[in-house]
Amino acid sequence: MKIKSFFSRCAAAPHIVWSVLFIVAPLLFVLYYALTDANGAFTLDNLFALSDYGETFFLSISLSLIATVICILVGYPMAYFISRAKPSRQPLLLMAALVPMWINLLIRTFSMMAILDDGGLINTLLGTNFHIVGTKGAVIFGMVYDFLPYMILPIYTVISKMDKRVLEAASDLGCNHFEVLTRVVLPLSRSGIISGVTMVFVPSISTFYISQKLGGGTFELIGDTIERQFANPLTYNVGAAISLVMMVLILISMAIMNKFADPDAEGGMLP
Amino acid sequence: MKIASKVYMGLVYLLLYAPILVIAVFSFNQGDSTSVMDGFSFRWYAELFRKPDLFEALKNSLLLALSSALLATVIGTLAAVGLARMRKKWLKSSVNAVTNIPMMNPEIVTGISMMLLFVFISNRVLGNIEVNLGFFTLLIAHVTFNLPYVILSVSPKLRQLDKFLPEAAQDLGCPPLKSFFLVELPNIMSGVVSGFIMAFTLSLDDFVISLFNGGDNFTTLPVLIYNYTKKPVKPDIYALFTIIVITILLLLVLSNLASSRDEKKKARAKK
Repeated sequence: MKIKSFFSRCAAAPHIVWSVLFIVAPLLFVLYYALTDANGAFTLDNLFALSDYGETFFLSISLSLIATVICILVGYPMAYFISRAKPSRQPLLLMAALVPMWINLLIRTFSMMAILDDGGLINTLLGTNFHIVGTKGAVIFGMVYDFLPYMILPIYTVISKMDKRVLEAASDLGCNHFEVLTRVVLPLSRSGIISGVTMVFVPSISTFYISQKLGGGTFELIGDTIERQFANPLTYNVGAAISLVMMVLILISMAIMNKFADPDAEGGMLP
Repeated sequence: MKIASKVYMGLVYLLLYAPILVIAVFSFNQGDSTSVMDGFSFRWYAELFRKPDLFEALKNSLLLALSSALLATVIGTLAAVGLARMRKKWLKSSVNAVTNIPMMNPEIVTGISMMLLFVFISNRVLGNIEVNLGFFTLLIAHVTFNLPYVILSVSPKLRQLDKFLPEAAQDLGCPPLKSFFLVELPNIMSGVVSGFIMAFTLSLDDFVISLFNGGDNFTTLPVLIYNYTKKPVKPDIYALFTIIVITILLLLVLSNLASSRDEKKKARAKK
């Protein structure tokens, strides 16, 4: 048995100190600001004030849920087809689907404006005068466009790691193509779908740039509300309370999701 | 089936790339419009060089990305080494759980939580009314969200490493710190480098956390783009976006070429 050296005992220390100071403490400050007023006295008013934002919460949750479902519906076949392509071509096809992840979200969202705006590509090409920007549909579309690669990647990872012999066994036992997909591939890729869902849902529900641009300022999502509260020092406390509730909501939904995940399978952004 | 899947993939790729193509086309517009093409010109690219704030922001972004990635790589690599040798299970799992918080939390919550920490220290501890946000607050914030990614890319390399190797070095009389630099570090170097690159790109790309922790004194490129796009834009912003996207594409192609050449080399070495 090796005697632990001073070095190996202390190697993680800077990181532990850093995490306590800059991860744990800030979250405690969110709690502190949520439960105090502008003078630092304890109050529950900020939490009571949340009832004004019930509609905003509901709207954010529904829009991001719809966007997540559309991402599954669009992204799953995409990931499946890429995994069915010739092995030599798969890296390129996957890369082409993931390149947008590297492009800044602001640029991607703003380029969506170039397509959907009143004087944008769709209206110019069709010679129409649709007002797309400013509708909830445009915001959902923006979320799908921005976060679709985050759904494709984990699903592809899971499908491509699947044991091909299992699929062969299923067709030997009489499954047709479609049945192999629905009865074998789909259940086995559950963990990929679940990590895709978290990777799309969390940024969607907390976004404020997409709703500012593609929502045209006609309605607010939780992200917009939080951003607005933190533009003014007097409303930090309410902003902290809203953030706290959003964080708790997300943690609860992630815990529920993980219940459905297959503990043995791996699927995620990182290998 | 084959053709249908190809058409489907083509449509998804079109959805992913069309908006960016539209941006690129209109960046060459002769006129002021972002929806009517008035002939071809490079004038908006020339216009970019007359924006001193743009170069300032680019310089800020690169400086911040480089310094935060370096610091995160040092702290994160040490943390990965320390965690790998940690015997106390509860400590190890709680450090891991805390480290992953910034990856799971919505960016806006991470951003405002750190901002509240800085606000609290400056208002209530130092007694300043004005909060001095700038390079150092941004550095702290960026290191914090980069740390989990560095640890995640170094840890698997440490697990692959033969754990008797450092022991052998120490049995042969090498002091622990020296054996880390001579034995372990060269073996985990690929993980350290990819952690650094990941941290660098994440920091360069970050917008939400920088918006809350940067203040007006230190504007990074994404925050500047956010400010630009608050107002109606001219094609000069499109020119900027086009340059950024082309740079990203070039870097991705280069890194792919480098890694495929690496693999070929390894394959040849095996023969």
